[in-house]
Amino acid sequence: MEKFTKVTGIAAPMPLVNIDTDMIIPKVFLKTIKRSGLGVNLFDEMRYDRQGNEIADFVLNKPQYRDAQILIAGDNFGCGSSREHAPWALADFGIKVIVSTSFADIFFNNSFKNGMLPIVLPQEQVDLLMKDAEKGANARMTVDLEAQEITTSDGTVIGFEVDSFKKHCLLNGLDDIGLTLEKAAAIDSFEAVAAQARPWV
Amino acid sequence: MSAPKTLYDKIWDAHVVSEDADGTCLLYIDRHLVHEVTSPQAFEGLRMTGRKVRAPEKTIAVPDHNVPTTLDREKGIENEESRIQVEALDKNARDFGINYYPVSDIRQGIVHIVGPEQGWTLPGMTVVCGDSHTATHGAFGALAHGIGTSEVEHVLATQTLIQKKSKNMKVEITGKLRPGVTAKDITLAVIGATGTAGGTGYVIEYCGEAIRDLSMEGRMTVCNMAIEGGARAGLIAPDETTFKYVMGRPHAPKGAQWEAALNWWKTLYTDEGAHFDKVVTLKGEEIEPVVTWGTSPEDVLPITATVPAPEDFTGGKVEAARRALDYMGLKPGQKLTDIAIDTVFIGSCTNGRIEDLRAAAAILKGKKIKDGMRAMVVPGSGLVRAQAEEEGIAQIFIDAGFEWRLAGCSMCLAMNPDQLGEYERCASTSNRNFEGRQGYKGRTHLVSPAMAAAAALTGHLTDVREMM
Repeated sequence: MEKFTKVTGIAAPMPLVNIDTDMIIPKVFLKTIKRSGLGVNLFDEMRYDRQGNEIADFVLNKPQYRDAQILIAGDNFGCGSSREHAPWALADFGIKVIVSTSFADIFFNNSFKNGMLPIVLPQEQVDLLMKDAEKGANARMTVDLEAQEITTSDGTVIGFEVDSFKKHCLLNGLDDIGLTLEKAAAIDSFEAVAAQARPWV
Repeated sequence: MSAPKTLYDKIWDAHVVSEDADGTCLLYIDRHLVHEVTSPQAFEGLRMTGRKVRAPEKTIAVPDHNVPTTLDREKGIENEESRIQVEALDKNARDFGINYYPVSDIRQGIVHIVGPEQGWTLPGMTVVCGDSHTATHGAFGALAHGIGTSEVEHVLATQTLIQKKSKNMKVEITGKLRPGVTAKDITLAVIGATGTAGGTGYVIEYCGEAIRDLSMEGRMTVCNMAIEGGARAGLIAPDETTFKYVMGRPHAPKGAQWEAALNWWKTLYTDEGAHFDKVVTLKGEEIEPVVTWGTSPEDVLPITATVPAPEDFTGGKVEAARRALDYMGLKPGQKLTDIAIDTVFIGSCTNGRIEDLRAAAAILKGKKIKDGMRAMVVPGSGLVRAQAEEEGIAQIFIDAGFEWRLAGCSMCLAMNPDQLGEYERCASTSNRNFEGRQGYKGRTHLVSPAMAAAAALTGHLTDVREMM
């Protein structure tokens, strides 16, 4: 996994609440057996008409937001299906950070596994970032994971919380499976004990 | 004496392999269910790194999302990408030696129906699957939740997950349900009360008399939609209803092991005085048959209500409601029972079990669906289908004018050809009314099987109590 340290980029505002994973990547694109190449279909039904033409007023189609790396989103982002195709599509498009008042649990976890940073902030701070993002291509924010700080285009600094283990994995680009396999002995002994206690499992 | 524990605490504690100082745990996984959509990249990851499946005997695969449900499906899958995905699962199951129910097997069906039916899901287990509706298995008092593909790969390789413990939430449904009110109405009413993010960060334990009174099928319906309330998982403490359902299933313990298992299962309840971080209580008597009017499962109202206005809401929900009304083609103040329906879908991991089909058939018996109505029943598994045929239920559906299909996820997420056309409107027993969920521009109203049957007869959303 690619390391995540600091991102400076354009933030796009998506104030809609309950943006679900069917919106992020409709099921027709789940038929792939690969992880790559989904960015072009990110938000497909909101982004294109039935003929495949771009819908001009969709935020990521606007010239100022086409290269956005940060999304400022409404409450409960990523709800619905567990499809990791959602973070794959966002990452493939170039999104590295998503800020919202809350995220659906599975989406939240999936994001970290793909080198993306979802940040939860209180409503007032999300509102402030949303306003900043509405400035368009002049809204260049910096998200510094090491310092756990977001700096807005006018220099306002907002701190954020992040799980220490997830931060460590992101900063170092660590593969979870490799880390867990280092604990194989502990898994072996758990299995041995469990086989005695619950042999029917 | 140790501090009182919740059911969740007990299952969690029994599965912790190791715990770091910051509370990050390695949690052992007893059952891993796999389907064709969210697993190919995980198996590819194993191949690329030369890793094996650590516990193939605890891993169960079944294709469900892409499979055709038409009676001619032995001809194969027409859509190339869908076919490749199912073929990939065939190959992965074979190469890695995991338990497998191919499309041709009568036991094939929706993964969350097959698991319990075959006795793979047992009380006190940890169960995961690359599918958010894994919450279904919580009905057995198993800690069950959906995971992404990276985590699917992690579980395949290590039989564990890296997790932090969620908070405990209690949802109590007191008293008795009134006639015409079902498990689906309970679970939708709870989401209506708490919102789709109300459960975020929690594991819900459902309890109370109305929950105890439910069959296993009903409990699965309730837990299935815990995810729609944002919860990581839903749980119901196992009891005699659970044990009776599990006993004798192919992969349930037998003989002395059954007795040993039963002894442990009987300890799986929340201790008196255990702490819940959040408590929600609904009165069973006050729950009515409900329908969704919008594009989020929290957009729930009793069937007797009218379509709300955006101004009835606050914050970001005002704009979301405006967008939902526009998408759904509805106007504030319209009576829900005046909404005309052209399609009815009965099935899915929420309501594709035998009891659901019985409930719908009871309403349909001897009647015909409205002219021009497209109505389909998709049993949750081949075994549910066979049982419905044996009980004469299948014939009731066919006589009423329903299509009687083979098992799969079908129009719940419309990955196969079972889809809504643009602006078609469906009374659906599935779990999500998101934009485009059942087909591009398709409009979904979530209802119970009995309510879906009632709508099929009248051609509009209908209060099933008027037909009882």
